[in-house]
Amino acid sequence: MFDDLRDLYQEVILDHGRKPRNFRRLENGTHHARGDNPLCGDKMELWLALNEDGTIADAAFQGRGCAISMASASLMTETVKGKSVADAHKLGEQFRELAMTGTCPHCAAGLEDEMERLAPLSGVHEFPSRVKCATLAWHTLNSALDNQGKEASSE
Amino acid sequence: MDGAVNPRGEADFDVERIRADFPILATEHRGKKLVFLDSGASAQKPRQVIDTMIRTMETAYANVHRGAYHLSETATAAYEAARAACARFLNAPRPEDIIFTSNSTMAINLVAHSYGRGIMKPGQAVVISEMEHHANLVPWQMLRDGHGTELRVCRITDAGELDLNHLAELLADGKVGLVAVTHMSNVLGSVTPATLIARMAHEAGAKVLFDGSQAAVHRRVDVQAIDADFYCFTGHKLYGPTGIGVLYARAALQKAMPPFLGGGDMIASVTFERTTWAEPPAKFEAGTPPIIEAVGLHAAIDYVEAIGLPAIEAHERALVDHAMATLPHVEGLTIYGKAQDRGGVFAFALDNAHAHDLSTLLDRAGIAVRAGRHCTEPLHERLGAGAGTCRASFGLYTTKAEIDYLAEALASARRFFA
Repeated sequence: MFDDLRDLYQEVILDHGRKPRNFRRLENGTHHARGDNPLCGDKMELWLALNEDGTIADAAFQGRGCAISMASASLMTETVKGKSVADAHKLGEQFRELAMTGTCPHCAAGLEDEMERLAPLSGVHEFPSRVKCATLAWHTLNSALDNQGKEASSE
Repeated sequence: MDGAVNPRGEADFDVERIRADFPILATEHRGKKLVFLDSGASAQKPRQVIDTMIRTMETAYANVHRGAYHLSETATAAYEAARAACARFLNAPRPEDIIFTSNSTMAINLVAHSYGRGIMKPGQAVVISEMEHHANLVPWQMLRDGHGTELRVCRITDAGELDLNHLAELLADGKVGLVAVTHMSNVLGSVTPATLIARMAHEAGAKVLFDGSQAAVHRRVDVQAIDADFYCFTGHKLYGPTGIGVLYARAALQKAMPPFLGGGDMIASVTFERTTWAEPPAKFEAGTPPIIEAVGLHAAIDYVEAIGLPAIEAHERALVDHAMATLPHVEGLTIYGKAQDRGGVFAFALDNAHAHDLSTLLDRAGIAVRAGRHCTEPLHERLGAGAGTCRASFGLYTTKAEIDYLAEALASARRFFA
């Protein structure tokens, strides 16, 4: 009945949705933020551990939400590990463009592999009410990096 | 369509003929026939309502209560006829007992302001229940924070019914000024025993307000039989337009209550020094009212009454019975609420799919349901469903075949996420 939805719910998304990676608290984290989508009740908590050189040594999250939001957070934590803060921000911007339009023609050179990894989520652009599910993790990442302690909201 | 009920208790109810009145039900979405199961959020509109509103704008529209010309007098008569229709619909004693608002939310805010701030004393309490819509919760929190009233929350039982023993406890100290509860839960479908609640409230010296947003659509409401002090419902859930709500308020209370909003139409005389208020209900209707919407609501009431509330109630009871016989067979499906007396509203969750994922799938099958917490965050926490549920809600155009199709789609969705 739902075969045409396999573009949105690709196997990698269902897999990350069911078994999110880095789904744990980070006891030695240096940055932390909560994210909330009040409309649907999605909630997440994100921890980052930054090295002294400003690269992201570790990223982990916990929360509840739909398959899209859990998979997006899972893929995000995998993708930003080892990246500089500047690259993490850049990935976030590019991901939002990907989620909203389905493509990212201006994606920065040097981050192609990372964007490739996030590409399975591009299908949400056809579902305007679901874009926020995919971007919540990245909003939360921004607030962890920028505004210590301030709650991110997808609204 | 005469509203007859046959000896088997089934409505003499031609659902296909009714469906033909609703143009939107003939539309397709992404190649799928529309299966609209979100009437609890807002119902679709029959041709009769649409045509009446268009005809009003084309031939009979002007502002009301102002012009001394024929067209304005015509519009005023139509607006006041709508008020009379609402009074008949609720069996209110007089048309003047009906105040037009913009929706149920505004009606409750009016009571919170005019009765709450205007009549209640700090230290008095308002009792609501665990299954209130935010519209019947937030205004009372605002009253508590701004006026010093107390807010008490009556528990529900695990079946999803109002816990009347707890209500009695909450009323026992005589400090309660108002009991404000739903007449039918928008999540659990539970219908509350309004007459009994009103009696308990009155015996404790409290007034009582019923949020009838769901109930008024599904069964005959009689505010005099209930002995309600306030009763509200909204036009758009009753197959009428958005932008119009109805507040029944007992005449003596309307007289005692100060106005809510200030402006034109609610005054008797104005000088820069002081203003005197118009008589109720005009006192509570500041500014140009929703004229076209009132006429549309009148058409909706006429439409519903031509079918007959008993027939609608019987049709919906048959749908509820059918849903209760069908949906529990879907593996992994939890249905919330087991009230003895329930209307056509079902909140549910699948064990392997989040509500938002599920609603995306159902949408692909042409089925419109609501996903999330349906403006009842505290209730969802109480149910252990803080992550949200999906909700199917029925209207007078809903068919048993649509419920079967929903069950089939749910089973298919569970396989999809397996």
